[in-house]
Amino acid sequence: MTGAHEVHEMHGAHEAVDRAFRDEWGQVVATLIGVTGDWDLAEECAQDAFAQALQTWPRDGVPERPGAWLTTAARNRATDRLRRAAVGAAKLREVAAMERVQAGEPGNDGPDHDGTVPDDRLRLMFTCCHPALALEAQVALTLRTLAGLTTAEIARAFLVGEHTMSKRLTRAKQKIRHAAIPYRVPPAHLLPERTPAVLAVLYLLFNEGYSASAGADPVRAELSGEAIRLARVLTRLMPDEPEAVGLLALMLLHDARRSARFDAAGDLVLLEDQDRTRWDAGEIGEGTALLDAALRRGSPGPYQVQAAIAACHAAATRAGDTDWAQIAALYGELVRLAPSPVVELNRAVAVGMADGPAAALPLVEALDASGRLAGYHLLPAVRADLLRRLGRAADAAAAYRDALALAPTGAEHRYLRRRLAEVTEES
Amino acid sequence: MKYMLLIAGDESAAEHAEDGCGGWSEEMTARGVIRGGGGLRPPAEATTVRVRDDQVLLTDGPFAESKEQIGGFCLIECADLDEAIEIAAKHPAAGYGTIEIRPLWPQ
Repeated sequence: MTGAHEVHEMHGAHEAVDRAFRDEWGQVVATLIGVTGDWDLAEECAQDAFAQALQTWPRDGVPERPGAWLTTAARNRATDRLRRAAVGAAKLREVAAMERVQAGEPGNDGPDHDGTVPDDRLRLMFTCCHPALALEAQVALTLRTLAGLTTAEIARAFLVGEHTMSKRLTRAKQKIRHAAIPYRVPPAHLLPERTPAVLAVLYLLFNEGYSASAGADPVRAELSGEAIRLARVLTRLMPDEPEAVGLLALMLLHDARRSARFDAAGDLVLLEDQDRTRWDAGEIGEGTALLDAALRRGSPGPYQVQAAIAACHAAATRAGDTDWAQIAALYGELVRLAPSPVVELNRAVAVGMADGPAAALPLVEALDASGRLAGYHLLPAVRADLLRRLGRAADAAAAYRDALALAPTGAEHRYLRRRLAEVTEES
Repeated sequence: MKYMLLIAGDESAAEHAEDGCGGWSEEMTARGVIRGGGGLRPPAEATTVRVRDDQVLLTDGPFAESKEQIGGFCLIECADLDEAIEIAAKHPAAGYGTIEIRPLWPQ
């Protein structure tokens, strides 16, 4: 007889497996790669371990340390498979040696061990984001091995066929193996050039999810959540890296605005028009606190500065209260730290808000003349807004038309058309 | 791990042909990572060989006429790709040409 209590327990166990998948997948895979050196084997054994948990946890209860249980189960699978594949005794001994490092058997999750599994996730992050791999491969590997997304899900998130994505992952894993890309956290002298690659992959993931329109595949929108989760792991594993903390702060401060960014029709709502009561105060509070902690280390970088800009916006309860002078100064700092024409355009927007459109227009026109943003729809869009505010309706209309010809998504198109209608009515 | 460093450059790289390796060879030999290598005379002096239907076919010139040509090679043996990258990046030719790092099949 199955009473209500058991049904409840069973439901709880399934939830626990789901939670463990989110929290532990990366660590289980990372540990298995560390021991076997075989990425495919590691993924398969991790999968088996989660399948086993789904069977046994509802029956035997959720182990006290799900991560240790899963790692042990996966390691046992690896030993079985390697034994069946008749690999050398040396490799088997290596896998068996894990037992000494990490006690705890499935079903024997006693209090006699502290459940500390050596955390290999940092090694895995740096290896996935090795600059000898193409950026798209880095992103795909990170999602597969650290976040546990399936190949099909990653393919959907990046709008490519599953076959293409599968080939991309296979090729990347083969290169890691055959070119001997080391599975390690780079030594100190390489960290300054390698850490930004890891941060860049996480930020790209976040932005892919953040820019997903309302009707996009949920997997795509969930990329932001995955990026935040991975950034949390990274900040725990690299507590002395202020840029990692800055990136997490930046993501949280942006993510806080998520539900206010699109209206009911799926149209993009500009920052100044967003309903600020819908911003997530919890994320803003956490992001701001993280940023303050990072800045106190006195080693600013592009992510900390971008987070500081986001914090300025978050601190303004009304759009009119925004400290644009501060934001313009921060963009100036960002241009210095990470020069890019897009950052210069953003600085021009901030100058336009702080000192008026007449001060900003020459900056935008200089950018336009440089040709460095040719084809980028926001350049004519910004120019159009400045011209509109200067009362030059005909010039503004022409610039809105330029922007419309280049704008990529439906929501931005609709916004630009609305503005265009406004300036053509006025003239 | 064994890697082949293929050193390529455009025509302007030819002027570095007599430069030597600015201490690189000495350093890498002392480190014990060099397994062989050398500089190549210009591609104009290359002969390409193919055998098709038992016929030996010869072409005057390199594999392909491209802007960048292989001007030298070096076989190294080191721990992993990171070390190979470090070795390649230290080679003077990395400053004016391009170095391709190719892992070898294990023997």
